[in-house]
Amino acid sequence: MAGSVLEIKNLHVEIEGKEILKGVDLTIKGGEFHAIMGPNGTGKSTLASAIMGHPSYEITDGTITLDGEDVLEMEVDERARAGLFLAMQYPSEISGVTTSDFLRSAINARRGEGNEVSLMKFIKGLDEDLDYLEIDKNMATRYLNEGFSGGEKKRNEILQLMQLKPEIAILDEIDSGLDIDALKVVSKGINKMRNENFGCLIITHYQRLLNYITPDYVHVMMRGRVVKSGGPELAKRLEAEGYDWIKEELGIEDETVEQNA
Amino acid sequence: MTVETKLPYNKEYIEQFSTSRNEPEWMKTLRLQALEQAEELEMPKPDKTKITRWNFSNFKHEYTEGKSIESIKDLPEILQDYFDQENVPQNLLIQRNHSVAYATLSDDLKDKGVIFTDIFTALKEHSDLVEKYFMKEAVSIDQNKLTALHAALLNSGAFIYVPKNVEIEDPLQVVFWQENPETALFNHVIVVADENSKVTFVENYISNNDDQETVANIVEEVIAHDGAKISFGAVDNLAAGTTSYVNRRGVAYNDATIDWALGQMNDGNTVSENITHLIGNGATSKANAVSVGRGKQIQNFTANIVQHGKATDGFILQRGVMKDSATTIFNAIGKIEHGGTKANSEQESRVLMLSPKARGDANPILLIEEDDVTAGHAASVGRVDPIQMYYLMSRGLAKEDAERLVIHGFLAPVVNELPIESVKKQLTQVIERKVY
Ligand SMILES: Nc1ncnc2c1ncn2[C@@H]1O[C@H](COP(=O)(O)OP(=O)(O)OP(=O)(O)O)[C@@H](O)[C@H]1O
Ligand SMILES: [Mg+2]
Repeated sequence: MAGSVLEIKNLHVEIEGKEILKGVDLTIKGGEFHAIMGPNGTGKSTLASAIMGHPSYEITDGTITLDGEDVLEMEVDERARAGLFLAMQYPSEISGVTTSDFLRSAINARRGEGNEVSLMKFIKGLDEDLDYLEIDKNMATRYLNEGFSGGEKKRNEILQLMQLKPEIAILDEIDSGLDIDALKVVSKGINKMRNENFGCLIITHYQRLLNYITPDYVHVMMRGRVVKSGGPELAKRLEAEGYDWIKEELGIEDETVEQNA
Repeated sequence: MTVETKLPYNKEYIEQFSTSRNEPEWMKTLRLQALEQAEELEMPKPDKTKITRWNFSNFKHEYTEGKSIESIKDLPEILQDYFDQENVPQNLLIQRNHSVAYATLSDDLKDKGVIFTDIFTALKEHSDLVEKYFMKEAVSIDQNKLTALHAALLNSGAFIYVPKNVEIEDPLQVVFWQENPETALFNHVIVVADENSKVTFVENYISNNDDQETVANIVEEVIAHDGAKISFGAVDNLAAGTTSYVNRRGVAYNDATIDWALGQMNDGNTVSENITHLIGNGATSKANAVSVGRGKQIQNFTANIVQHGKATDGFILQRGVMKDSATTIFNAIGKIEHGGTKANSEQESRVLMLSPKARGDANPILLIEEDDVTAGHAASVGRVDPIQMYYLMSRGLAKEDAERLVIHGFLAPVVNELPIESVKKQLTQVIERKVY
């Protein structure tokens, strides 16, 4: 079988003593594109952060494995080197560190000591990806995310995705704040990654992204759980009708994680 | 035990020292007067740092020769790093202990009348010029006990003079290498840029006395006459056994510029003050400084730009990283004197703490005695942001590598101001060594 498998089982996550995820089950395999949709505050970013190992989130129950390896036992950097990638909803600004210096360090961290990419090869690859994403070459010498516009930050996340070539990527609202041209370019970048060795979890609020990147599976999150799964047609129906019909179907009144279950 | 600051050297010793260096009479007289003043004067009192117990009296002062060298390749490895091997500076002075080990100056600059020599040669060959500037306009002998002691006991240094309208592209570099672990440096540097001239000067202080105690008492005077431009870079890298007092002073006249980029990387206790007087109208100065504190060292840094002239511009930028149980105070003082209309004074001091035992303090001070001015300041003391670390680590960087990137990034605004690429690289290496 090609590609990696990320398996999430019965995942419970707390932040500051408050339970946010209440038993998430999800499996993503190489070659598959999954979309997660759901109203605000239902735990989508929490899921992404828990997978990557954000320091504020505590896993209270359940498992996450990548190809059978226990992800929860790994440090954040080990998860990345094992093949996970998270394009963040709000990427950090790192003053004084140029995008290209950072990328080279990150690539070399994955390749390991003694196997570093040559400077020439790195620059060539970076230039290609910058061109592909229609990013101004200046960005490589600018400090990472510092003073970047919202759209530039998102493009930069996809640049990192293309450069680092992970096995499984999670993209948290990669489309929010993008103008229509930027949306096309970013989608083009993500689609270029598509192959049987690459699995992707796309968190989005909008069908418009899924018009460019067709998902194999669509999941809906409410109250800290995946409450419904389907094919691309599910996203289209959500776009047309909103979430009320799902809430009715499941007898949910308040969809956020705030309610006292 | 409180160290008694009784002077370890007397009048006879100083007279004899001056004679043995063949100094002009005025210098001998000045030294003896300074010695008398030193008896009376008080120690400097850096804000928030008590230096009364520091070692300022245990050192060897005697003139110590260092072996001269034929080429840069004869230097030990730690010093090789200070040069770009492919591109050895054309204008280079290496002082080994108190004597000159190596000196070059391009013929072009010699022909133009540029003086670039050690302080004793300058006292002999350019006595009038040295007398004109020595502890007159910039640092005064009676500023405190240590400046007076400095004048009395001066035992090494360099003198640089750039004549009117001479613009020098290649930098002038001096390495002060205290090879003998016990010898003290009473090192004096004078850089004078005459009207409408331009020069880049870079200096390095290096020693290896981790265990043996000694003192560095350094006074540097940088004078930019009307329309002159001086870019001044330094990497101080004296070892843990050296207690340092560093007094770097600049004076800028009409439309003159003095830009500082100071890598304050000493390992011992250090008081370092960098004061620039913008005397003339339209004078400008940028005072950039970085420091890394480690071990138990205590440091106090002051950057002060005093703006007298009209429409002057002063900008102070300080960055410090503190680890182990190091303590460092950063004082940034922007002062606009009465009459300094249309002046602009800006400052930014930031300290990054890497360990819970380290202590750091940034004191922003604006003293403004004129209405028609602009001024601003920012200061912060903080720790590495865990969310930044998470972001970097989520791309596969190990914790130490992520932290290293954040630290270099934090220091970059100052490091990038260093005027010579090889010195920038070398400062980066020193930072690496001190941080890890
Ligand atoms: N650091 C935090 N401190 C306290 N509560 C938090 C924190 N992070 C998330 N939460 C809470 O957890 C819940 C889920 O948040 P999460 O960010 O996962 O939602 P989301 O589905 O990604 O929403 P959106 O669509 O608005 O991005 C929210 O109620 C949020 O307020
Ligand atoms: Mg979210």
